[in-house]
Amino acid sequence: MVKAILGRKLRMTQIYTKDGRLIPLTAVEVGPCPIVQIKTEKNDGYNALQIGFLNKDTRLVNMPMTGHFGKSKVDPQRILREIRIDSVEGFELGQEIKGNIFESGDKVDVSGISKGHGFQGGVKRHNWKGGRMTHGSMFHRRIGAISPGTGQARIFKGKNLPGHMGHEKVTIQNIEVVKVDAENNLIYLRGGLPGPNGGIVFVKKTTKTKTKKSK
Amino acid sequence: MEHPALQAFEQSQMRKEYPYFQAGDTIRVNTRVIEGEKERLQAFEGVVIGKSGSGMGETFKVRKLSYGVGVERTFPLHSPRIESIKVVRRGHVRRAKLYYLRERQGKATRIKARQKQNIDLNHMISSPQNALPDTPAPVAAAGNETVEQGNE
Repeated sequence: MVKAILGRKLRMTQIYTKDGRLIPLTAVEVGPCPIVQIKTEKNDGYNALQIGFLNKDTRLVNMPMTGHFGKSKVDPQRILREIRIDSVEGFELGQEIKGNIFESGDKVDVSGISKGHGFQGGVKRHNWKGGRMTHGSMFHRRIGAISPGTGQARIFKGKNLPGHMGHEKVTIQNIEVVKVDAENNLIYLRGGLPGPNGGIVFVKKTTKTKTKKSK
Repeated sequence: MEHPALQAFEQSQMRKEYPYFQAGDTIRVNTRVIEGEKERLQAFEGVVIGKSGSGMGETFKVRKLSYGVGVERTFPLHSPRIESIKVVRRGHVRRAKLYYLRERQGKATRIKARQKQNIDLNHMISSPQNALPDTPAPVAAAGNETVEQGNE
């Protein structure tokens, strides 16, 4: 059984528990994701499924990709993603992976591209404290000392400095699936997810904890 | 386009019917209080000093004086912990948020009753969920845009 799927973050919402507490949720539209290619150990050296998400206008598909989708007789897809699996048995090209692979109570990891913030200074990007704003400080949000003294005489690699913030792959692990609407391919995950509303996310069974179902 | 199933999901949790009220009105909120095993109702009666949000997340603030101390409570409108809402009195005010009441005491906190009292205290408005599931209802926040009879 596959436990991974592509989806689109809709927006956040909430649900009341029976005793009236409010749980923050993110609604994610998952799939349907047709299988575009099946990779086998014999052929490709490993077992995997390539799944697609969201149909794409055929005019926008170039010739090589047209051929690729034509092989599996699947409509052109906007997003393609591989899922590693143990055995390809029971999967066929064009078969759709849907939201019903999850049930409420499952734990998942969700990857997405975080919101881009552009070029940001160190105070915002790395939570530096900055200097005081008044009393003739002359040191407000600037970079301070970035290296120890002459002993090192260099700057260590990975020193946090101003730069582009956001728009990078972010994975949040161990998110609870609170509710599954299999009919409409919607799942409701507890808490927030990376990226803007409408952003593409990859949802898969968590690697973080061993739940009952992970066996 | 908003996903219709997501709308339906939210509307299924919303209060079917509740009285129309706005800032300045005095209302009584009956809340469910769980004490151990038992559940009982507790009333909170005071002046609505503001409403915020829309749809499922709509909340309202109620202020009252309790033993000479001002107490404000924010209620989520659609919380199942609210058993019922009753409008006690309509008040005439000229703003949406009555935060100025916090700085006033005694006589200065009085709010005039709404003139031309032909507003039914029990005028109920309903959440758009009754329109579902066939037609997705408009996202209109129940409450803010509702017909308000006889406010002039």
